[in-house]
Amino acid sequence: MHSAVVTRWHGRLSLGLLLAPALLWLAALIVLPHVDLAVLSFRVRVGPRDYVASLAQYKTFFTEPLYWHVFVRTALMSVAATLLTLLLAFPIAWIIAKLQTGRAGSWLFILCLIPFWVSETVRTLGWMILLRESGVLPSLLVKLGLTAVPVELLYHDATILVGLIYTSLLFMVIPLISSLESLDNSLIEAAYDLGAGGFVILRTIVIPHAAPGITAGCIVVFMLTLGNYLTPTLLGGKNSQWFTEQIYTQFITRFNWEQGAAFGFLLLALSTAMVVIGLRITGQRFGDVMRRT
Amino acid sequence: MIPSLPRPAWLRTATAVYLVGFMAFLFMPLIIVAVFSFNDAPYPAPPWRGFTLDWFLGNLTLGRTGLFADSELLGSIWTSCAVAIWVTLLSVLLGTANAFLIERGRFPGKQSLSVLMLAPLVIPGVILGISILAFASRIAEFADATLGLELDFLRPGLPLVVLGQFSYIATIATLTISARLRRFDRTLEEAALNLGANKAAVFRTIVLPYLRPALLGSAAISFLMSFADFNTTLMLVGTDSPLTVMMYGRMREGATPVLNAVSLFLMVASAVLALAFMRRRSQTN
Repeated sequence: MHSAVVTRWHGRLSLGLLLAPALLWLAALIVLPHVDLAVLSFRVRVGPRDYVASLAQYKTFFTEPLYWHVFVRTALMSVAATLLTLLLAFPIAWIIAKLQTGRAGSWLFILCLIPFWVSETVRTLGWMILLRESGVLPSLLVKLGLTAVPVELLYHDATILVGLIYTSLLFMVIPLISSLESLDNSLIEAAYDLGAGGFVILRTIVIPHAAPGITAGCIVVFMLTLGNYLTPTLLGGKNSQWFTEQIYTQFITRFNWEQGAAFGFLLLALSTAMVVIGLRITGQRFGDVMRRT
Repeated sequence: MIPSLPRPAWLRTATAVYLVGFMAFLFMPLIIVAVFSFNDAPYPAPPWRGFTLDWFLGNLTLGRTGLFADSELLGSIWTSCAVAIWVTLLSVLLGTANAFLIERGRFPGKQSLSVLMLAPLVIPGVILGISILAFASRIAEFADATLGLELDFLRPGLPLVVLGQFSYIATIATLTISARLRRFDRTLEEAALNLGANKAAVFRTIVLPYLRPALLGSAAISFLMSFADFNTTLMLVGTDSPLTVMMYGRMREGATPVLNAVSLFLMVASAVLALAFMRRRSQTN
């Protein structure tokens, strides 16, 4: 009986030792900083070191057209980038999962992974050299006689979209492949034998089966796109008008932490809302989606 | 369509065209970066003016600062490495503890704790950065006002960068390591205990060797993610810039091909790391 008590005590002790670092991490780096950010966003400065609770920061956001225009624009561009990424990634995922099974398929997959081993900064540098007025593509267009003078291909919305899609591809391809691989080929064969065409098979068999992977990919891509800073600012320049840039300006440049905190919360709310809606639509659980990607 | 069904010729052609286009899209930026690190011109732009190694080896006497003479850039690579080593160490240690906590521990609130552990992945990096920045300065100010302590590590700088990156990379390490621990056959452990081994010996000789691939894998991923992190780092950085922030600053100003040189260096380094890692994995499997 004595040893049973000791074992239990040991169990408690080791549980405590495992629990402490996890709680410390989550409390000190995730929960408390966000509580603090919330407190910051709901106050306003009335004098030196003197603050009162207020909704002023959020009011500024809704009354100043610039801010909510940028917010809406960021959201819409992110949706567009997500859908385009899905369209571009689906065929390659299909090829890897269904057409090129075996060695060729795994080589293709490794080829897809390679660009993502280098940082976003390097990839963006490549796009800048390709697209700027003195860059590779504009001078190629002149040589081919398509344009008389080099055109500036940077600093357009389309450029930002290209950059965002490029950065997001991998996060769409991986969940798509894993959901397509589990689709039984005999279902497709059966549908074909019963006279279904390619489009009908895609709509009634492939997409319903791949829905969890599609949702997982879309959620992750949307989140990453919404929170991206590097790609919009470098490829969009002054015209980028990305919401993370507003947060940076308020927090770091203007040192207006209260306003920046409110903007941060609005972005977090949008991002979380999209995740929740995405999960609701397909009836999935958060943990399962995260483990998939 | 799948291989067992007839595919019309137009579909085969379309697939081939798509594949070529897709691969070109994927690799064009990287190839361009690599090629222009050897161009004998002051800016990374066409036309091609001949091959040079100036952007790697150049120094003041040549009038061009190459990568190996650019002390600012080399310093930032070291800064990134130091940050990444700390982040890797912390993330793998915490990830291992968390894996045992989730897979073995039984306590009330476990379900909600494991969901909370995933939260850092759905919080945009910029917001992780500003929240940690704000919270750390609040503590620093509190310590200063009440105790008269100067807690410099809570001001923007490398310690905060490490904490900021660690806050979400720890989740990735946790997921990787607990996925492996979940597949562990516990009868092996019981057998060793029955044969008289104590818990520490079982952990060292059976559980740890089993977890090794996941530990190495999560260490590699943590290192790379830390090295590549931009969003969180940008908000927390002080006077010493890691490489990504340094490159960003120079890209905005319009930089010489020395940035291409450092990029090529990164590509080669990560390719070597990736190959070593994949070779290891194919050997262990």
